[in-house]
Amino acid sequence: MSKTHLINDGIRYDGRRLDELRPIKFQLGILNNADGSAYVEWGRTKIIVGIMGPREAHPKHLAMADRCRVEALYRMATFSVGERKSPAPARREHEISKVIKEALEPAIFVELYPRATIDIYAEVIQADGSTRCAAISAAALALTDAGIPMRDLVCSVAVGKVEGQLVLDVMDEEDKQGDSDMPVAMMPNKNLVTLIQMDGLLTQDEFNRGLELAKRGCMEVHKKQKEALEEHFKKSMNSEMEEA
Amino acid sequence: MPTNFEPRQLVVPGTILAEGKYNPGMNTYKEGEHIFASVVGLAELRNETVNVIPLRGCYMPYVDDVVVGKVVEVISTAWMVDIRAPYEAVLFAKEFLSKPLNTMKEDARSYLDIGEMVIAKVISFDRTRSPSLTTREQGLGKIQRGTVIEVDFTRVPRIIGKKGSMISLLKKESGCQIFVGQNGRVWISGKTRDEEAVVAQAIRKIEAEAHTTGLTDRIQEYFLKMKQGA
Repeated sequence: MSKTHLINDGIRYDGRRLDELRPIKFQLGILNNADGSAYVEWGRTKIIVGIMGPREAHPKHLAMADRCRVEALYRMATFSVGERKSPAPARREHEISKVIKEALEPAIFVELYPRATIDIYAEVIQADGSTRCAAISAAALALTDAGIPMRDLVCSVAVGKVEGQLVLDVMDEEDKQGDSDMPVAMMPNKNLVTLIQMDGLLTQDEFNRGLELAKRGCMEVHKKQKEALEEHFKKSMNSEMEEA
Repeated sequence: MPTNFEPRQLVVPGTILAEGKYNPGMNTYKEGEHIFASVVGLAELRNETVNVIPLRGCYMPYVDDVVVGKVVEVISTAWMVDIRAPYEAVLFAKEFLSKPLNTMKEDARSYLDIGEMVIAKVISFDRTRSPSLTTREQGLGKIQRGTVIEVDFTRVPRIIGKKGSMISLLKKESGCQIFVGQNGRVWISGKTRDEEAVVAQAIRKIEAEAHTTGLTDRIQEYFLKMKQGA
């Protein structure tokens, strides 16, 4: 079996440098029926996120008296990958749903909406690696679009080890043939990490350098998030607002 | 110490707004020495207090708010009412009829059925139970005629205007009865459907251009144009 070389002279398979993100484009408010929504194109990864809520929790016994419940549902479309993806929820989708929920929950002021629930739905239209990172970053924007109070945005990016070198923003081929994959999500203004996972192995030193690389990547994602928010809400902010 | 923003600057959740002596106002929070924004909106400073005027949000009920609600469920002696909040409100029969409802003789549906709308006041809400409503006051009760439109809840202050300036303009120019619920539903009642449609369109315009200057003048112009057209 011949392996394609993924890195040649510090240039990756798709022409990126080792510490370079793929082109990322966020869009807000794309759905009418959801309370908040966002769409992201992250290289060839495409995801739609819709937010429902805060609304009354159903079934009622799941409601919590002192805070709001946050639920995430990550799903891959049948046509999102090369081979047909079975429409039944797979183990991986359950895992990523849980991870998305736990990455975003620390940012949300859940105590403001006792007994209620906020549902986050992420639909992967096309998958090309780092889907959980793209989903988390887009979900933070969708939550903002829904007007849900948050401590900070959450931005996320994955770092991987490919052919012995650390790379930022792992794409599908690198994920499959690489040695290691480490998605990180953080609240950028707080410098707090809300998610860190690792597949494969990294040495202590590689881990530390990888985390620094991921933090820098997250800051770049955060910049894109802010740009998207500013573009979307520009209409509302032109000139000064009159006293209401 | 200066603040970290220009007046009316667009801020997003997590933006650091100020540090030190300032107080956190609406849609902000303080952690350590810093004040952060918690929603997307326009930042402003008023008497040492930092506020963010929200551009997005959902209605949270407060006692004494007057809202426009839609009946979604009838239970024997009460109605469950959607008030566009995270929680359904309850309207007890005695708060609507001013007398107990005799369920042996009459059906709650004969007074108020699913889909019908009411103008009602929030009488209790404390986060441990659902908000409850009353219609036992002047101007409240079942909506019998007219149109109800839904607007973004964050635009309600703009539709009412400074000291009610915008709403009085709408009423004066159209001759319609208009009521703006705190939850972002507006009841419009005119002589004809066309009159109501003109007001609804004006309100849509206010909603879209809520954060721009000279809006009152433009609404005045709009009515002038409509009158000339008619």
